[in-house]
Amino acid sequence: MSAAASTLTVPAPTARAAVRPATTEHPAVKWTLIGVSLLFLALFLLLPLVAVFYEALRKGFDAYVNALAERDALASIRLTLLAAGIAVPLNLVFGVAAAWAIAKFDFRGKNLLITLIDLPFSVSPVVAGLIYVLVFGLQGWLGPWLQEHDLKVIFAVPGIVLATIFVTFPFVARELIPLMEAQGREEEEAALVLGASGWQTFWRVTLPNIKWGLLYGVILCNARAMGEFGAVSVVSGHVRGETNTMPLQVEILYNEYQFAAAFAVASLLALLALVTLALKTFVEWKTRHESEALPPEMPGPAQNTIVGSKR
Amino acid sequence: MSNPVAPPAAARRRNVLPGFGLSLGFTLLYLGLIVLIPLSAAFIKTSALSWEQFWAVVTTPRVLASYRLTFGASLVGALINAVFGLMVAWVLVRYAFPGKRIIDALVDLPFALPTAVAGITLTAIYAPNGWVGKWAAAQGFKIAFTPLGIVIALTFIGLPFVVRTVQPVIEDLERELEEAAASLGASRLQTFLRVILPAVLPALLTGFALALARAIGEYGSVVFIAGNMPMQTEITPLLIITKLEQYDYTGATAIAVVMLVISFVMLLAVNLLQWWAKKLTGREA
Repeated sequence: MSAAASTLTVPAPTARAAVRPATTEHPAVKWTLIGVSLLFLALFLLLPLVAVFYEALRKGFDAYVNALAERDALASIRLTLLAAGIAVPLNLVFGVAAAWAIAKFDFRGKNLLITLIDLPFSVSPVVAGLIYVLVFGLQGWLGPWLQEHDLKVIFAVPGIVLATIFVTFPFVARELIPLMEAQGREEEEAALVLGASGWQTFWRVTLPNIKWGLLYGVILCNARAMGEFGAVSVVSGHVRGETNTMPLQVEILYNEYQFAAAFAVASLLALLALVTLALKTFVEWKTRHESEALPPEMPGPAQNTIVGSKR
Repeated sequence: MSNPVAPPAAARRRNVLPGFGLSLGFTLLYLGLIVLIPLSAAFIKTSALSWEQFWAVVTTPRVLASYRLTFGASLVGALINAVFGLMVAWVLVRYAFPGKRIIDALVDLPFALPTAVAGITLTAIYAPNGWVGKWAAAQGFKIAFTPLGIVIALTFIGLPFVVRTVQPVIEDLERELEEAAASLGASRLQTFLRVILPAVLPALLTGFALALARAIGEYGSVVFIAGNMPMQTEITPLLIITKLEQYDYTGATAIAVVMLVISFVMLLAVNLLQWWAKKLTGREA
């Protein structure tokens, strides 16, 4: 596909052997680059992916199923689902609210707000866990009060949920803000002028416009929520069957030299990663598809922000 | 809902959309409760120390060794990713080959794969009895449980950053410029070095900075492969956890503040780079 674009260049006068257009590389260079790239990706991406499933099934399929049916493993799966089940909807509501305020209105300090929303991405997961210990831990600000009322946040489920919310905080907002900014306000304004209420405008006009961007953010948010390790590890306390999420269960089994069991739980998380990648690719394809279907004077704003989206 | 449809009285075009107060209020409240107040706890806790005390805690030999390792390994990992990430992005945009779309999707695997899974898997591969580790052992060197293993984990974790920031820029490169360079007599290599590379450079640096920032804070994928020997293979985030487990909250928080300040500097650098890239190419990097 790349060579076609350059046919306009004047062919070299000595046409014989090498009629290679001047804006493509020599085939040897091209195939070397492809070869080295594929080797690099095979070594760093494919090999680990294969290794997870190989190690998980090493002791046979029965051992694999038994490891997953084990009580603590099931408890860790439940806790992971619970933490993601709380963190993702909360960050979804936040993301929509933040994008609405930032994209549809003008106010001072907007850029600062966007930077602050991105902040959790640049904080080390370990530090993310630590700051909640400083607020809710026994030595922390609210520690004495919590103890008085017999409430536990750190080394308990609420701490895990809070840490998960923190590390997945920006995902939905950062997908929606550029998308809604690119879409502008006209459609919502038209709906209001035609007599729709604010909520009707949101549900019938805004939401259909942002649905793929929203889904995209939720997919990434969920993957991180279920896979977070560092932040959750600090606040969990590692109580077996109670405060272990799946990644923490993987760690415990691994440190006890139960490698096959550790990789069995890890393989579930790897499957989640593959499903995430598949869904993500599907949403990217879908947005590209829909924006191409639009008339040319209305370029789909989703394309710029979602396809080639970073992080 | 505090903003009912207002008559267009003011000279400036008024915004008729509702919900500004509600959405911004909720945004600020949630941001404050989840992010800003907890983050401030680290700084407030540390401010109880005098400057000398703080300095003494964050510059003990063991902590200094952890900085050296964390930054050194992160830098090497980010550099590897800059070189190979640029190459992978180029290959994915410019060349056609079988399996390209699957490979393109697979590039995001390090974002999607939980870090603990990456950690134990890389350890299994690079440990002395693993697929690659066995080969290394036969050559007489170790990969896992040495700084080399840490570099490999950090390369894995930072891989998508450079590819995904550089890829859209290469897609947008104007082929006419390359044709012009070629018709003016530039060789392909000269065109690459003088025309393509300068256009890609801001995005490449942004990707490099993002990979570096991520690597410095990384914990899950490193702890398993690192070996975690104090002074040798102990990264800074692990040191924070070690101090927490010894109930040394002050020490852990002081080191966390150092890491936070570094994160903020990196964030600022990334924002400046993106601003530069936008100015240069007219699009988001």
